[in-house]
Parts: sequence; C-alpha cells; structure tokens
Amino acid sequence: MGGVTHARWAAGAVVVALAATGCGGGSGGGYGGGSGDGVLSSSWGDPQNPLEPANTNEVQGGKVLDMIFRGLKKYDPRTGKAQDWLARSIDTKDSQNFTVRVKDGWTFSNGEKVTARSFVDAWNYGASLRNNQKNAYFFGYIDGYDKVHPAGGAQSADTLSGLKVVDDHTFTVRLNQKFSGFPDTLGYAAFAPLPRIFYTDHAAWLKRPVGNGPYAVESYTRGSQMNLRKWDAYPGADKAQNGGVTLKVYTDNNTAYTDLMAGNLDLADDIPAAQLKNVRSDLGDRYINTPAGIIQTLAFPYYDKAWNKPGAEKVRTGLSMAINREQITERIFDRTRTPATDWTSPVLGTAGGFKAGLCGPACQYDPARAKKLVKEGGGIPGGQVRITYNADTGSHREWVDAVCNSINNALGDSRACVGNPVGTFADYRNRIGQHELRGPFRAGWQMDYPLIQNFLQPLYYTNASSNDGKWSDPDFDDLVDQANAQTDPAKAVSTFQKAEEVVRDKMAAIPLWYQNGSAGYSERLSHVALNPFSVPVYNEIKVG
Amino acid sequence: MGRYVVRRLLQMIPVFIGATLLIFLMVNVMGDPIAGLCGERACDPATTAQLEKEFGLDKPLWQQYLTYMGNVFTGDFGTAFNGQQVTELMATAFPVTIRLTIVAVLFEIVIGVTLGVVTGMRRGRPVDTSVLLATLVVISVPTFVTGLLLQLLLGVQWKWIKPSVSPDAALGELIVPGLVLASVSLAYVTRLTRTSIAENKRSDYVRTAVAKGLPRHRVVTRHLLRNSLIPVITFIGTDIGALMGGAIVTERIFNIHGVGYQLYQGILRHNTQTVVGFVTVLVLVFLVANLLVDLLYAVLDPRIRYA
Repeated sequence: MGGVTHARWAAGAVVVALAATGCGGGSGGGYGGGSGDGVLSSSWGDPQNPLEPANTNEVQGGKVLDMIFRGLKKYDPRTGKAQDWLARSIDTKDSQNFTVRVKDGWTFSNGEKVTARSFVDAWNYGASLRNNQKNAYFFGYIDGYDKVHPAGGAQSADTLSGLKVVDDHTFTVRLNQKFSGFPDTLGYAAFAPLPRIFYTDHAAWLKRPVGNGPYAVESYTRGSQMNLRKWDAYPGADKAQNGGVTLKVYTDNNTAYTDLMAGNLDLADDIPAAQLKNVRSDLGDRYINTPAGIIQTLAFPYYDKAWNKPGAEKVRTGLSMAINREQITERIFDRTRTPATDWTSPVLGTAGGFKAGLCGPACQYDPARAKKLVKEGGGIPGGQVRITYNADTGSHREWVDAVCNSINNALGDSRACVGNPVGTFADYRNRIGQHELRGPFRAGWQMDYPLIQNFLQPLYYTNASSNDGKWSDPDFDDLVDQANAQTDPAKAVSTFQKAEEVVRDKMAAIPLWYQNGSAGYSERLSHVALNPFSVPVYNEIKVG
Repeated sequence: MGRYVVRRLLQMIPVFIGATLLIFLMVNVMGDPIAGLCGERACDPATTAQLEKEFGLDKPLWQQYLTYMGNVFTGDFGTAFNGQQVTELMATAFPVTIRLTIVAVLFEIVIGVTLGVVTGMRRGRPVDTSVLLATLVVISVPTFVTGLLLQLLLGVQWKWIKPSVSPDAALGELIVPGLVLASVSLAYVTRLTRTSIAENKRSDYVRTAVAKGLPRHRVVTRHLLRNSLIPVITFIGTDIGALMGGAIVTERIFNIHGVGYQLYQGILRHNTQTVVGFVTVLVLVFLVANLLVDLLYAVLDPRIRYA
C-alpha cells in the first residue's frame, strides 16, 4: 500500500464509504447489547483495483484484506511488531534461504485447508507478469522473479524458481540476494494465502472474496457496500469481537462525518481536514488520533542538473531549515501531524529504527542559517522553487502554500517559492513519471510493512520502485546492501540508520512531518483503535 | 410528422459522432491513465506495457477511437480499471440518477409551474413580489450551500431525514436531494411561466374564451397554460440532460452513487472508458430529450405542424 495512496486515502479526500446501519440501511445484523453479535457500520472508499491481495495498493482495499486474510506474519496493531501467525517457524542460516513451516489447523472460510501450496501458488500468481498484479515487485526478492516478470518482453517461466513445496505444511524460499528482514515483510497483504477457487472461478471470487481471516464476506455490491460477517469457525486468537462490519462507500468524507454526527454511521476513519477544529467538541473522547506509518517529504528532481550539481545539497538543506514545521503542523493540521526529525516514522519504535532527531539542525527552523546556506549553495536553481502537488485531495494546497510562505519569509524574497498545483492525482503521477518536473514535489510515503528498510530502500536506492527523483548515491546503496545482509536485526537497523545519515547529509529529500491516522466513532462502540497502517482494528471493536 | 422524426434522427448521427470524438480527445489530453494506478510509485515498465496493451492504449489515438466506437455499437463500453464492465457501472448508476432526475423534474413542474401561474395571474401583487424575491435568492445561492445547509438542518439537527442516501436510493430518500438539485431550475421555471402567462393573459384567444363564458379554471388550464408552456417545456427538456450530468455536486453531498459519482471518480482516476461511456450516453439523452421537446410543441400548440 505504498504510496500516494497515503495522500489520497489516508490523508485526505477520496471517497469514503458509509454504512448506514444506524437507522436501517445496513443489511441486517442484530444489535445485541454487548453480546458480541452487533454489527457496526464503517466508512469506506471504492477500491481502485480488483480486490486481489497482490493487486491492492491503497488503504481502502487494504482494509478489506486486513479483515478477510491472515498471513504467515501479523503486525501487532499497537507495536507494529511482526509476529508469527500462520507461520510455525521461518528459519534461515544465511539470510537468503528460508524454510517456512505453516501451522496445522487453519482453513479458508469455505473449509479448504491452508497449506504450503496455498502460499506458493498465491505468490506465483502475484509475481507472474500475465496477471497484471500491481504489487508484483514485492516478490522481486525471490529467486526467479526476472523470469516470471521480466522488465521487458515475454515471461520465460510461470513459477518462481525460488519457491519449493516440501510437504503439506513446509515450503522453502530462496532469495536472489541476502535480505535478513524478509520474514518480517510477510505480514503484508500481498503475501496472503489464496484458496483454489481464486484460480478456478476467478470471477466468482472477485464478486465475493474468500479468505482465511476473522471475517467472511457475506455480500458485496461493488462501488457501494460490502457486508462482512464474523466467521465463527475462525481458528486464530484474534477472533472478531463483534458480529460483523458493514463497509459503505462514501464519495466525500465530509458526508461520512455528517452521517456519524447524525448517528447514521458508527465509524468514520478519515476525519476531513475541515472538521479538525471542532472534532474534539463534537466527539469528545470518541475521536482518536494516533501515529501512522506515513511520512510526508519534499522530493527533488535529480535528473535536472541544476538540482544535482555539487553544492546543491546546501540549497536543499537551506530550504529544509526555512520551513517552520512546528507552526504549520499546529495551524494547518491541528497537531494531527508531527514535525519530522528523521526519514522514518515513530511507529517503528526506537528498536525498529526510528531515531528522533537524526536529522538534527537540518530540520530545525533557522531562517538566518537557511538564507546563508542557500546563498552558499549558489542560490535556488532558476531563482524560484516551484513545489508541485496534486490539488484534488484535501489539504495539499494549504500546506504547500504555508511551506512557501515560510520559505519566502526566511529567505526574505516574496517570490522564492510558489506552489504548482496539478489537477488530478493521476496527472500528477504522470508528470513525475515523465521526469518533466523542474523543482521539488510532494512525496508521501505510507509504509507497506513496519521495517526501517521500507522507509529507505524503495525511496532512495538507485532506480528503486519509488525513487521518483532518481536520487543515486553509491555510499547509500552500499550501506543498504550491507544492512540487508546483516543477520543480527539490531546491527541491520543501525546500518540502515547509517544509510539514513547519508540521506540527511545530502538532504536527498526534505522530511516534513509524520502523519497520524484519525477516526471518530459512535457511542455504540468501544475498544476502537487504529493500527500503524491507519486502518481500524475491526476485530477488537465491541458493539453495544 | 414521421418524415420530420426521421430527419431529426439522421441529424443526430453527426452530432453524436462529433460529440463523442471531442470527449474522447479531451479525456486523452488528461494524460496517461496508467500513471495513477500504482499509488506513489511508478508501475513497473513490464506491467505498464501489459496494461496498455490490455486497454488498447498502445495504439494510435484514431485507431483507439475507431475501435471504441465499433465496440460501442455492439453494446461494449469497455472495462473500468477496477475490472468492472462499464455497462455494469451504467446499470447501477443510471437508474439512481434517473430516479433523482425524475424527482427533480417533478418538483420543477409541480412547484415551478404552479408558482409561475399564481404569480403570472397576480402580477405586481405582494405574492408575486415575494415569490420573485425568493427565486432570486435561490438562483444566487450555489447548490452546494443549499445542499449542505439542508443536510445539516434536516439530517443532523432535526433528524427528519438521513444525511446520506443508501445504495438502494429509493424514491423517498431522494426527495431532499431532488429538491436541492431542482432548486435553481425550479426558480427559472417559475419565472419563465410567470412571464409567459402574464403575456398570454392579454392575447385574443384568452379574451375569446372568457367572452364565450367558459369557467375561469378552464380558461386558465386549457387555453392560457397550454400555450404558455412552450418556453417552459423547452427549458425543462434541455434541463433533463443538464440535471443528469450536472448532479455531481448534489450526488457528492448526499453520497448518491449515480452518474455524477461515476463521472467524478472516472475523471479523478483518469478512467477513459468510464468517462467516455457515461458522457456518450448523456449525449444521447440530451439529443432524445431535445427531439421529444420539439415534438411536444405540436401537441401543445395546434398551429405548429411538422412536415
């Protein structure tokens, strides 16, 4: 779920879904007083892609997958730590060859057993080029990926050579490079097991997905509503504490909020920016606002020589110091975002690699030094910074304008920085992809899995999948390779932090703020929390 | 009459082709539709190539257009990016929007025409002045303000309605959204009817009817109103198309999953197939509504004959 999505889904505007159970629109489900069978309604957005695990890269589809699938690992909803779930063990001696043992006793909600093959087939499907799965690159570490998903031309194999089924509950994975963090990535939805019906009757599966999670899909009306019901025979420890969830699509999160106020919706998990000022008086302690694995940065076009010449890092650092993060997060985001002091996220925890203050003075507001640094670095390329962003979602315009004001004031030049809005997200991505930007651009990153690696490698490694500015630094690449090869997790983290220091010294991207997830809920609900992916922990919610 | 209809239908063909071509070109100018599909990262080149091939985006534009039109005539409007057939989207969206439009048009006809007749008959009296003033207010307040206000008042404060419409979008739920959607047009209908009635009141045939000793309600409904409705019918006829396509704001406020919602989402996601498909159908609706309006003239005014 990397990505922009963050901006689109987590932060801001898109479609949000509503469930009108309150007064009746929801389809059935009794409201038992605390007996664990009450059904709650929750806001939703229409998933952008078909709901296949390896094809879902945004939060709205991810919400559903989180309810109907359980993988080898599960991320603890509070700490984000990866725990063995369907995995009995994942062993390796060399960080490259892994032996996975799957627990016995798990089934899909249609009764089919979850076996080693359920995983291997699902991963082969996800990686195969012909299936157009947008998360295919997640399988890129597995040996043979270049055969099933070549960068160009036809695929020469159907299955990943690095995956071998040993017996019903054991399979082995061979990676094409050392990657000690690999087992911890396996909680991501793309690695979920799939039942046979997914391949034998794909259309039927898409109409009504079948998984192995605490909920089962009862009915799904695409584009408007999904009814999920508690799966009584669920074998896991995280059984649903409610009778089910009705997800309803909202076109506008303001309507979802209005419905919540009117008692027409139980849970709205994306509070519109415009309501942040009154949400506390409206909802009191039924408003939650917790850190999510999302960081907002300003990236630079390194394919443009003006931004890539020696000394330009001084200009970038200067710009970073010209941004008054404290003031902007307070005035514009009502403290639902926190000024960033490194390039990761607090949800990783210090053991996971988050290091407050790693950025040091370079992320502190210091207008005098900012002005000096920009001057030393040869001034702003072209005399003006144009920050490109997409204007179709919530509040990008507001913060970009605020950032520009801050820069203009610090540099004492009212024309030093202007916003450059692009109409739609799709067009914005289009321009980034065509490498035609001549100034910094908004970059948001929502983690796929809670590892420091996920905040660094995809964004700053040479030619990585989300390295949109084409930043490249041999020292950084080298450190990342070393960190991935480390078998000791603590050493891996500290090596990644060294790599992060390279990002800081070159100011590859300006960190702005960490984003929180927010949600509001009705009086009928209790035990509502958001996980580090800013998705409500549905199975723990109690109704009545 | 028959020949006239055939001629009009034939005229629709170039209009239809021109309109769809324009839409097709405009949607393509929006940029590469694949770019927004993979979130904050670029899709890998192999997947991009594969998707482009699947959606026919690797062909030159004119060829895409021809293929598309060919498919449209066989009833295939293509596939949206989420894997759904566009026809499937239409089958869910159009019934909802049609219901909403019907509610809106009923409001226009019932309230608009009634108010128009009342004010037209009593020109310059207090009731006329106050209705005129009210229509001025309605016209000058943007729809989203009316919509949000009504939603907050009726939905949250007084709890008369649910603030959002359920996916079934039953007629009863669409009354308030329909009123909001109709509000501006309703004001215009009132004003049009009023002027038209006031003018025709002084015409010869009305004086004749009165002189014949016909009862007043008969004079008004059979003679005066029937002739005064021609400009109103023209307005409402063209308004049907505008209401269906222009319901984006209203549909968003009340969370109605109709045509406006699909168009909005289609544009945001650069979903060429959805946008072109829906607009094509809207163009057809527009053309047919216009034809019906022209035919209605002959029914309303016996002096009009089509050959």
